Amino acid sequence: MANALVNVPARARRGEIIEIKTLISHPMETGYRRTQVGAPIPRDIIRLFVCTYNGVEVFRAELHPAIAANPFLAFSTVATESGTLAFRWTGDNGFEATESVTISVD
Amino acid sequence: MERGESRREFLRAAGGAAAGLGLGAVLTVRPARATPDEMKAAIARVAGSARVTRGRVTLELPPLSENGNTVPLVVEVESPMTPAHHVKAIHVFTELNPQPYVVSVRLGPRAGRARVSTRIRLANTQTVVAVAELSDGSFWSASAQVVVTLAACLEDA
Repeated sequence: MANALVNVPARARRGEIIEIKTLISHPMETGYRRTQVGAPIPRDIIRLFVCTYNGVEVFRAELHPAIAANPFLAFSTVATESGTLAFRWTGDNGFEATESVTISVD
Repeated sequence: MERGESRREFLRAAGGAAAGLGLGAVLTVRPARATPDEMKAAIARVAGSARVTRGRVTLELPPLSENGNTVPLVVEVESPMTPAHHVKAIHVFTELNPQPYVVSVRLGPRAGRARVSTRIRLANTQTVVAVAELSDGSFWSASAQVVVTLAACLEDA
């Protein structure tokens, strides 16, 4: 199971723009490298990251092999209501990881 | 005598065949990198027939990177991020990586501000381009040149 780290403020004022930082452990193998005996190493990357806020998608990123290993993504969203921010990473070889945090908005 | 000649002919024929094979191999090997033209084609695929104008986008990258395996990148687009006027998508492209695509993000008015950061790989000293798609259908771009000392993708596993 991949190790995902998500940083979201626990509390926010309504209408405030909050920054979300995410980091997940993954080799992001490009598919362009070879082993020392010359055999190609197959591609193994995270292809898609989606963030939903109380079930509504607010951010989506399509990743390519040019994203560094252990993909880091930072973006923002407007704190509209208390609830759950859910994060989902999917990729090659059936890779799937999810994480969720709660935020209270007043 | 006859035997010697046939051996010589055999060697000549074999040498010719080997040279031919070698040449064939050289011609079929394609370097694993995109070209600036492929990057332009990739941008055209995203923008379609719309014109991509320089401006409104800020692309922050270090001018010199010692390690191409992880280069911090920040893209910011000037936009009020209202339901009427917002950034729909941001795409990042490179000129000389094996593929021109780096990342495509989709966002909307709920983002509050159009700013995204991540870490990318760069196989070479090259130009990186960020293209933003706005809700009014216009496309804006910015580019940055990065000098890479240690290239990504070259080390053995």
